[in-house]
This record gives sequence, C-alpha cells and structure tokens, in this order.
Amino acid sequence: MLGEQIIKGMAVTAKNFFGSYVSKERLTTVQYPEEHLAQKENTRQFPFLVYDGDDWEKGLRCVACQICEKECPPKCIYIVKSKDKKPDYKGQMQVYPATFDIDISVCMSCQICVEVCPFESIKMDTKFELSTDDRFGGLLLTKDKLAKSNSYYQKMHPQDAAESDAVIAGEKAKAEAKAKAAAEAKVKADAEAKAKAAAAAATTPIAAPTPTTPPPPAK
Amino acid sequence: MFNQLDQIFVTALHWLVSFVPEAWRPLASSLICIAFILSVFPAVFSVTTIFERKGIGRIQNRYGPNRVGIPFTKIRLAGFGQFIPDGVKMLTKEDIVPRAADKVVHFLAPVVMLIPVLLAYAVLPFGKNMTVTDYDAGLLFFFAVGGAVELSVFMAGWSSRNKYSLLGAMRAIAQMVSYEIPLILSAVTVVMVVGSLNLNDIIAHQNQYTFGIAHWFVFTPWGLVGFILFFIASLAESNRTPFDLPEAESEIIAGYFTEYSGFKFALFFLGEYLGMFAIIGLGITLFLGGWTSPVSFLTWIPSWIWFFTKLMAIVFVFIWIRATLPRLRMDQLMNFAWKFMLPLALINILVAGIWHYMAADWQRWLVCSAIIVGAYVVLGRGLMHNQKLGKRIYRYAE
Amino acid sequence: MSPFFVITGIVTLLGAVFAMSLRNLVHCALAMAVAFSGIAALYLQLDAQFVGFAEILVYVGAIAILIVFAILLTRSGEAPEKSVLTSGAWTSLILIPLLFGILAWAILHSSAVPRDLPPAPVATVKNVGDALMTKFVLPLEIIGLVLTAAMIGAVIIALKEENKNENPGRKS
Repeated sequence: MLGEQIIKGMAVTAKNFFGSYVSKERLTTVQYPEEHLAQKENTRQFPFLVYDGDDWEKGLRCVACQICEKECPPKCIYIVKSKDKKPDYKGQMQVYPATFDIDISVCMSCQICVEVCPFESIKMDTKFELSTDDRFGGLLLTKDKLAKSNSYYQKMHPQDAAESDAVIAGEKAKAEAKAKAAAEAKVKADAEAKAKAAAAAATTPIAAPTPTTPPPPAK
Repeated sequence: MFNQLDQIFVTALHWLVSFVPEAWRPLASSLICIAFILSVFPAVFSVTTIFERKGIGRIQNRYGPNRVGIPFTKIRLAGFGQFIPDGVKMLTKEDIVPRAADKVVHFLAPVVMLIPVLLAYAVLPFGKNMTVTDYDAGLLFFFAVGGAVELSVFMAGWSSRNKYSLLGAMRAIAQMVSYEIPLILSAVTVVMVVGSLNLNDIIAHQNQYTFGIAHWFVFTPWGLVGFILFFIASLAESNRTPFDLPEAESEIIAGYFTEYSGFKFALFFLGEYLGMFAIIGLGITLFLGGWTSPVSFLTWIPSWIWFFTKLMAIVFVFIWIRATLPRLRMDQLMNFAWKFMLPLALINILVAGIWHYMAADWQRWLVCSAIIVGAYVVLGRGLMHNQKLGKRIYRYAE
Repeated sequence: MSPFFVITGIVTLLGAVFAMSLRNLVHCALAMAVAFSGIAALYLQLDAQFVGFAEILVYVGAIAILIVFAILLTRSGEAPEKSVLTSGAWTSLILIPLLFGILAWAILHSSAVPRDLPPAPVATVKNVGDALMTKFVLPLEIIGLVLTAAMIGAVIIALKEENKNENPGRKS
C-alpha cells in the first residue's frame, strides 16, 4: 500500500529520537574537549624516557648508548653523554645522557628507537594534545619533559610494560646470579689463594679485592 | 480568569490604542498588530531552526548544537542560543552580487518573497478575536498572496544569470504550481461544508463538542484525507524535504538562491520558514480547529496557546519527516501531484458533498470511508505500478 | 479621488508603461505583474473582494508565470543593455496622450455616458457563487471545456515532439 514504508520509516526515526535520550548506543557522540575516546593500548604518538623509582634523574634507564640517535630516520634525537657515571638497574656504573632532546615536529612516530633500545628505556607515549604557540622551542622536548615514570608506562601500555618489566627482571636476575656466581667464585678463589699464600708463605701479599655488593634493587 | 488570560492581547491592543487620538486609531491598531506579527513569528522561526537542528541531530544519533546559550557567557542553555550567532553571521557576511547579474531584480527578489508571506499572516486567527483583518474572503486572500511567491522564485533564479539557479527556479516554480492545486482543492472541501470563505466562520463551525470531542474537520473521513493532502501539499509549497529538490544542497548547490549571500540569503531563509508557518497556520485553521481545544474539558487553556501548540506540533512532524524521507526526484514529484493527489482531491470533494447531504448517522461514515479507501488503494496501485523494473530499453545504443 | 486611488492608479499606469517600453523582455513581464497587482488593488478599493483576490491569484500567480516561462523557453538572445527605454520613446510620449485625449473626448461627449447606472450589485463571494451557478452556469461550463481542450492540446503537442525524437525504425 502506498505510504506504508513511509510510516515504517517514521517509526524507526522516532525510535532513534526517543532512544537517544535513554540509551548510550543511540547517541554515540563523544563531546571532544570534555570527554575523550578511550585509546587503544598500542596507540603511539611520540617517545618518552622511562625512569624507575621516584627520582627521575637517578632512576633514568637510558645509558646514552646513542643507538636510537643513529637509527632514527629523520634524526630527531640529540644526545650528549655525561662526563660522570651513575649506577643503573643492574648495579653497573653507566654513563647517562646529559642532554636528551627529541624534536617532535620532526619525529615521525616510527617506533624504531623503541625497537632498537637494548635497555627498555625509550618507549612510545600516547599524548597528542601537544600544540603550543612557541614555534621554535615549544616542540623540542628536553630530558626533563621526556622522563616519565615506570608506573605511568604501566598505566598507558599495560601489556608492553609487563613484558618490559619481565625483560628487566630477567636481566637483573641474570646479573644477580652472575654476580653471586662471581662472588662465590671469588670467595672460593680467595680461599684458595689464601690457602695457597698461607701454604707457600710467599712474599708480596696480594690484597684480596673486596667484593662489590650490588646496590639494592630499584623500586 | 482564564478568559482574561485568553483575551490578554486584545485588551493590551485596546489599551495601547486608547493613547492615540481618535482619527489615528485604525492606523495605530494596524501598526501594533504588524509589530506583533513581526516580532512573534521571527522568534518562532529562530526557535524552530534550533529545534530542527537538535531534533534532526537526535534522530541521527548525534547531539545538535548544544554549546551556545547566552553569548559571551558560559551559560549553555542546551544550545538554544544558537540562533543569535547564526543571525549575526548572516548579517555580517559580505553581500556578493555576480557581475553579470541583473541588479534590480536580484535585489528585489528576496523582498518580493517576504512581502506576500507576511501579508498572509493578516488573515490567520491566532486566538479568539485575534485576527488582524477579518476578510469575508480571507481564504482566497491567503491563496492569492501565496501565489505571488512563485514570481519571486523566478526573479531570484533568473536574475542570478546562473544555469543552475535558473534550473532550480524552473523546477521550484513547476513544483509550487503543481502542488497548489491539491492544496486549494483540499481547502475547497472545507469551504463547501462551511459555506463561507471567512476563516473565523470556519473555526466557529469546528467549535462544537459532541461527547466531549470537538467537531474538528480532521475527525471526519473527508477531513482526514483533506488534511493529509493539505499537509503534503504544504510540504511541497515550502520546499521542504521530501520535496526540496529546488534547493537541495547536494544536487544543485542551492538552486535558485545560489548567488545570494549574507542578508539576502537570510531573508530567503526567513521567508521560506515564515511561509511554512503561515501555511501550517492555515491548515490548523481549516482542519484542526484553529484555536479551539480538542476536548471540551480543556477549553480553559487560552486559545492562542492552543494555536501555537498545534503549530509547533505540526512543525515537529515536518522536522520528523525531513529526517526520515529521501528526496523525491522531479518526475516522481510531478507524478505524485498530478496522478495521485489531484484525483484524490477531486474524489475528496465528491465525498465531502456526500457527507454534507447524507443524514448524520453511522451510514455516512461507512459510505464516505469506503469511497476514500477504495480511491486511495486504486490510485496507490496506479502510482506504484511503474516501480516494477522491466527489461531495459536503450534509446540510442541500437 | 482619494490618495489611495491616485497612488494605485499611478503604480498601475507606470507598470503598464514600463511593460511596453523596457528593452529586457523579462523586465517587461515583471512590470506587467506590477500592473496586474495595481488593478487588483483598484478592485479591492471598489469593495469587490472576490474579483480582487482572484485577480492576484490568477494573473500574478499564474498568468505572469506563464508569460515568464514563455519568454524563457523561447529566449531570443540575451538582454541588450543600451538604454532602458526603446527608441522612439519621445515620439510616443507625445502621440499617445494625444490619442487618449481624442478618445476620451469622443467617449465623454457621446450618448453612452449620461445613462443612469443600475444600482450597485452586492458582490460578496456568496452572490458571485450563486450567480455563477444559476445565471452564468453555461458560460462557466463552456470555459471549463475550453480550458480542458487547451490542456489536452498542450499535452498532445508536447507528446508529439517526444515521439519524433525516437528512432523511426524501431518498434516502441
């Protein structure tokens, strides 16, 4: 009959109209500045540097190996090594970056720096509202702006952070095991040397090296 | 007390006019009525544009405008202040006139559109005793000035010296002229039953109550069909979807007002919506009882509230239809007017005559409804007949 | 000679004069529409409501549109833009009032004028309708027939052109 489909169509639109006040699936707009869409976990925008613990300078994982600087395709990373050393998460004394600048107007979010970093120290951030009115300095992120804590990383990328933490824990365990084995071996060697020295009663006593105790694990 | 509220505008008019010396009173009274119309209906227009945008937005699963409340403050008012920046935008845009355009006609076209539309409000009864001029041939006046709008459409399309404007104008005029016939014929049934062209007489005929329900003409078979035909024809006369091919934004840019910008475009827009309100107002007067209430226990509500409530209700149905239906193509439009609505309007006149002369009992309901339903089904079949897809015929390829 | 009559008369006359003398055909048609509305206003001043509104409805709303369509569909070139009035405007400005004066003098001095007029008929819509249905029903039906014949003729003319476009050797 003529007009039947029109009435059916109007019923559908009426259902949409009244449903939009009641159910969420009939009004799917996200009003942007006030509400944000939930971002997927593997969202990536620009890199940031991970630090362990509360002090960003002491806990910064980056050791200024400059691999990311060399691998970066648009060459947006600028690293200057420091002159002194600080202990890293495994307890070894490592150099740290005195200057670590990323120019995010150049960065193309390719994630190569993340893929090549051996120390799980540079990861991708998800923040995109980075516009600024300072044309020259505003888009150049320095070390202090880039450093974000591991808990932030775990919040942004839970799965990736879990894997990264597993890697770091694995390395640390390996390092501890190696250090323990080295210490045991050292103690054994010590005892042997002492026994040898005592037995041989030779001159020039060798000073037994004091075993270095690994620093307490971070966090 | 409610009677006082009902007549509040009439008493206000008399009070204002009493300040003026005797000889100038008719002029003053007319001027105050004109001021009333010029202030109320553009306000209704602004509110309607917002309701339209928000309503269509909700139907399309999105918010409409919901940020602008009072400008320069953070008060949102759910977006109902949107018409203020829209108005300011239209007023401050640059007025571009094409170099080859016919300047005088280009300038006059929006004016010629607006004047007949505003004139049409002079005969509409907004409430009890609230008609600006109560002509004996009020209905004829309304249709006469409605016909003058087509001239302005042509002026707009031709003076822009733009192929698309001209095409849009031709289509718009063809559409308006074709749909004027079912419009007038469906109004003729009312005139036949009432016996007068005076709009207040028509309302007086509907102001009676049986079993608590008013004698609105829409509650009779011929009145229902007449109202539906009038409704569809008024959709076409105001160039609303589904009949908005002349001004379709995606088809012909803006049809006959492509070359208009700024204030002239605002005048066209205003004229179109005011025309829509005027013709809905007439439909309400003819079929829905004007300012009367549908049930007898609600007559204490003031008459002008009833009128504007009915006006806004039908405007909402217009908006609902706009959000639902796709556009009709030009030939489908014309087919619909000439092959469906015109025969149905003529049969409706016949049925109204039968109704008027049969005795007032259940038999006339049966006979009239049977004729109308039969005509509708037959005409509907005839209209949908061409929708069967047959073997494709190539005109030039073989 | 009320001021309304003078104004309406001037508007009507100006519209008619421009309808004849403007160069651009569409402007002429629009000026003619102005003249029609002036005549309608004159009818309204004579208290003939039905005729006045019917004049607007029919003349301005339909006949002016018809004329405009006719001009557009048979357009003979674009608008020439030299002068607004046709050439020879000045001679006609002299000749026409002269002609009008002679005719007016002849009519006013003839024997048709001092006849006493019949009483002014009551011209409400109801009376017009009554008259149309009783006294003038035959002219009404004949006019209806003529209009129907005109419409059928127009449709046939339009149809014939379409038939000619088709390939003559094909079975439709």
